Amino acid sequence: MKKSRDTPGSPMIDARHIGPPTRRAFLVGAASALGAAAAHALLAPWPGRAADVPVDPTRVPGAPATDYGRRSTFEHARRLATPQRSRTPLQALHGIVTPSALHFERHHNGVPFIDPARHRLLIHGLVTRPLILTMDELKQFPSTSRLAFVECAGNGGREWQGPAGVTVQDTHGLTSVSEWTGVPLATVLREAGLRPEASWMLAEGSDAAAMTRSLPLARMDTALLCYAQNGEPLRPEQGYPLRLLVPGWEGNTCIKWLRRLKLVSAPRMTREETAKYTDLMPDGAARQFTFEMDAKSVITAPSGGQRVRKPGYVEIRGLAWSGRGRVGQVDVSVDGGRSWRVAQLQTPVLPACHTRFRLDWRWDGREAVLQSRCTDETGYRQPARRELVALRGVNSYYHYNAIQSWKIDERGDVHNVQV
Amino acid sequence: MCRCDGLLCRGVLLALLGLSPVAAWGGDAGGAVGLGRTATDDEIRAWDIDAAPDGDGLPAGGGTVGEGTGVFAEHCARCHGATGVEGPMAALAGGRGTLATAHPMKTVGSYWPYATTLFDYIRRAMPFDAPQSLTPDQVYAVTAWILFRNGLLEQGAMLNQTTLPRIQMPHRDGFVPDPRPDSR
Ligand code: HEC
Repeated sequence: MKKSRDTPGSPMIDARHIGPPTRRAFLVGAASALGAAAAHALLAPWPGRAADVPVDPTRVPGAPATDYGRRSTFEHARRLATPQRSRTPLQALHGIVTPSALHFERHHNGVPFIDPARHRLLIHGLVTRPLILTMDELKQFPSTSRLAFVECAGNGGREWQGPAGVTVQDTHGLTSVSEWTGVPLATVLREAGLRPEASWMLAEGSDAAAMTRSLPLARMDTALLCYAQNGEPLRPEQGYPLRLLVPGWEGNTCIKWLRRLKLVSAPRMTREETAKYTDLMPDGAARQFTFEMDAKSVITAPSGGQRVRKPGYVEIRGLAWSGRGRVGQVDVSVDGGRSWRVAQLQTPVLPACHTRFRLDWRWDGREAVLQSRCTDETGYRQPARRELVALRGVNSYYHYNAIQSWKIDERGDVHNVQV
Repeated sequence: MCRCDGLLCRGVLLALLGLSPVAAWGGDAGGAVGLGRTATDDEIRAWDIDAAPDGDGLPAGGGTVGEGTGVFAEHCARCHGATGVEGPMAALAGGRGTLATAHPMKTVGSYWPYATTLFDYIRRAMPFDAPQSLTPDQVYAVTAWILFRNGLLEQGAMLNQTTLPRIQMPHRDGFVPDPRPDSR
């Protein structure tokens, strides 16, 4: 957890403990900036070295075009990775789209290496005609694109037991937004012809976990079989070449590296829907098939691990989302939930998608506890931690969506607290 | 499901009418597009590895607790420990009676509702470093051994596609449908 913190968007807020270099080497190495040698050096492909930055970029020819772009040498936002997951640096993002390279990861036995030319989707079980489809064929179906978040059911899971994460990346980094492109599940299923008894669908991945979930067809009318993310083919860690997307549902239902759909009349009760991804209640009963991700929000600036430099203007920024539709309203409190102000929502406000919110604030230099609270279009309001724990105890691990509190101390340092 | 949202009701309604809910989704392309080809039985068999609580999908073959002792020692013990609980990876037995306590321990014996799930998971995902390398007989045997370690099978027991689905797991009735939204 003592990993690097990434630079937040606001100039008023510092990222403390910055790991990667932030040295400003504008002058270093620029002695011959206008000479032919220096110009030639600059024509080398990215990444340019910080030491090569010219004094005045208007006086030196720049780098040539490249076949696949990359970000500036000066940008360091990165995922926090362990072998089976990595977390999105929400504190470093702007707007609502997550760059594909920063989309969080969760896999159950590694990212498989798949040749799309050899990949097949098998549809069988309660269908009139079992089908095999190639990737080429899948891309020929009528296609559609939409923005949607994918959030791991375990996002924030460690917070049940008390404040665990330091940064918002630790506490909320298992959610990301992409524009997903693919073919509606319904379109492909019609191709195989559903038999009347078909009511559930087993979806299986071709990773080393052969990750498998049973999903109820009646509630999946917005599901897509996706082959693209943010305009290009899926990233390997996002299911290349094919994944399921059920907008608003816990991430593990959106089976990646999808190779098989079996139509059945009852759930198969796989390990991932019995032993895992079920929510244990204090009485020993476990909730099963808890698909939707409930309304949630979090302030990303100022947020844990950052520092508000000095009293004065601060734009409070954050993200809100709901698996059950659009965000209706976000309220922000700077006094630990005693009073609330309505935040401004940035358009577009889309169903099952992150929505950016903002609020003008003047920090008076005294201790403050910042919170945000999302109400979605169904009228459901994100619960206080107290409320959620009273209902579910602290051992259900999944589906933690309590209001997040960030305490700003008198020095301006921001801490994860629970009030 | 406790809640009856619009979609679910529609699904139930259509099911009563004998129509699959998905048939009513309507589509951009009208009928079938004419893509893909019919899968052969061999192709289906090669990938059709899941097993259901009623035993549907379980392969032929069988294995005993005794045989499972050897399979476990050779293929599993290095990650799950000599008796399946020492780790370093997940403990495969124990935890009975802990689910409603402050420190619940979820294992095959304390938490899993169906024995078929154990077979299915081992068959598809274990050993972790060589998934799908065991024969059906080996999977039956090691499944039997894990159930024996949980006190759910006799030492001399044999598992196959008939006997496995009959096993009553302790937490079988411990799962409830999603009651959310549970807060307001
Ligand atoms: C290389 C290490 C390794 C080997 C060998 C191995 N496992 Fe596992 N096993 C794991 C890991 C890691 C997990 C957790 C996987 C996860 O949660 O995604 C696991 C999980 C399991 C689980 C699920 C436990 C639970 O409560 O969710 C079972 C059952 C299991 N293994 C059985 C076996 C059997 C049987 C074998 C031998 C055939 C075996 N394992 C061999 C590493 C191993």
